[in-house]
Amino acid sequence: MTEFQSQPRSLARRFWRSPAVRRFRRNRTAMLGLAMVSLLILVALAAPLLAPADPLEAELQKSLTLPGVDGFLLGSDELGRDLWSRVVYGSRISLTLGLISVGIGLLIGIPLPALAAYRGGWVDSLAMRCVDILLSFPAILLAIIVVSVLGPSLNNAMIAVGVAQGPIYARLVRGVILSLKQREFVEAARAIGVNDRGIVFRHILPNCLSPIIIQSTLLIASAILSASALSFLGLGAQPPTPEWGAMLSKGRLYLRTAPFLTTFPGLAIVISVLGFNLFGDGLREALDPRMGGR
Amino acid sequence: MAHDYASKEAVERLRHAWGLDQPVPIQYLVFMEHILHGDFGTSTLSGYPVMAEIIVRYPNTLQLATVSMVLGILIGGLAGIISALKPYTIFDNVAMIIALLGVSMPAFWLGLMLMLVFAVMLGWLPATGIGTPQHLVLPSLVLGYTAAGIIARQTRSAMLDVMRQDYITTARAKGLTERVVASRHALKNALIPVVTIVGLIFGTMLGGSVIVESVFSWPGMGKMLVDSILARDYPMIQAAVMVFAVSFALVNLVVDVLYAFLDPRIHYD
Repeated sequence: MTEFQSQPRSLARRFWRSPAVRRFRRNRTAMLGLAMVSLLILVALAAPLLAPADPLEAELQKSLTLPGVDGFLLGSDELGRDLWSRVVYGSRISLTLGLISVGIGLLIGIPLPALAAYRGGWVDSLAMRCVDILLSFPAILLAIIVVSVLGPSLNNAMIAVGVAQGPIYARLVRGVILSLKQREFVEAARAIGVNDRGIVFRHILPNCLSPIIIQSTLLIASAILSASALSFLGLGAQPPTPEWGAMLSKGRLYLRTAPFLTTFPGLAIVISVLGFNLFGDGLREALDPRMGGR
Repeated sequence: MAHDYASKEAVERLRHAWGLDQPVPIQYLVFMEHILHGDFGTSTLSGYPVMAEIIVRYPNTLQLATVSMVLGILIGGLAGIISALKPYTIFDNVAMIIALLGVSMPAFWLGLMLMLVFAVMLGWLPATGIGTPQHLVLPSLVLGYTAAGIIARQTRSAMLDVMRQDYITTARAKGLTERVVASRHALKNALIPVVTIVGLIFGTMLGGSVIVESVFSWPGMGKMLVDSILARDYPMIQAAVMVFAVSFALVNLVVDVLYAFLDPRIHYD
């Protein structure tokens, strides 16, 4: 029906009515994921408005206040800093961290491996052996090894997590390129004289966009998880940075007296990671219904 | 090891003792030769041989990983099979949400929460350490839950795939009961992708052991790795990484061999 009355529609409306978006909107868990991700982004953007106190400001005489007492919504930590403010500001760190790590993963895992896969031959074999070696380590272990070389810090944790994700993209992109490089449109591009780089970046890669978007969403979730694990182990963000993993690692010392110090930052991690996972699963179903699953 | 104000001669003596005055490629060859002889050098922190530490700690990690793996396969496999046989029911929905939570929850947080409830509040189980079977409960639950989450999701989709095949319809048409169809015809064929994921999960277990061992002060390889990184004890770091990598490679070799048993059509040339 809608196709029949082909009046010019606004771009936003066409996007809203497209089959993929419709499938996504009908999927309740996917919409829940979208809501959780939106919440995270909103909190990160509005952090100065939501946080009543400076996340770094210590007030020693008010240390370890219970939640709800003295204006501390979620209580205060061992230095008397407002836990709610720290959790709110932590969303900025986790979000940036997830995005930058995935960005690094994309930069490492897509341009060169894509060219290598298209050219084939020994370049491809060499690239794939490197990928195999990297994939032979569990991602978190690879990230820990990278941090052990670079030294523990928040920036190095981001680099480490990004590097650990590179090979995942390389394998994904290679699969799609191998299946596309014999197709007519690639042959046509080659026939009119487009060079290899043009074919790969202009003609083939745009066709890999939806698997890359799906994978990136899911990898943001795992990046947030891995980076918080690194911080928890003392290999990532260092105090006094209000990073959720680092906050947990300090808070565990007060597990007996102040369990809220470990409960709330952990819940924040769960909500963020679960949100991106649900959102990613929903995207997968909406963009590629053949892939099945749920 | 040498202080900032150590004399030049003392520094030189140390550099020579550790072989740091040699060119890097030579250092690497010496390092490899020692490893092939089972010598990982001495810890720069404690001064003891690294190998002695590994012999004590490796069985601890192996024990934790094995128990968690068994828990994960039992719980995850069972949940996945039931979910696939009764898709889109309440059981399926609840099980899959719990499974996704297992993948989304930081292991260190779950560990701390369990510790809070069962050790601090209820006092049923010891919070940290090793020794009795009770010490094993919390760490293996945490590690096993992550594994169960991944296995449940994988088993479910593999079973659903198989249940759509023609030979399942044939089996049903022959008049076999649903129980026989599921156990004899479907499960065996669904096992192949599941076995693959189990090999990969062993890697997740090794990575997870790093975190879980640190939370529960479990004296295994994972805790050794983290402690060595924080202390910049490079011989220990190298050895721990090497042991992890070799274990992971061995498990995946076993998985490859298992394929041939499960599916005689698979050949290796």
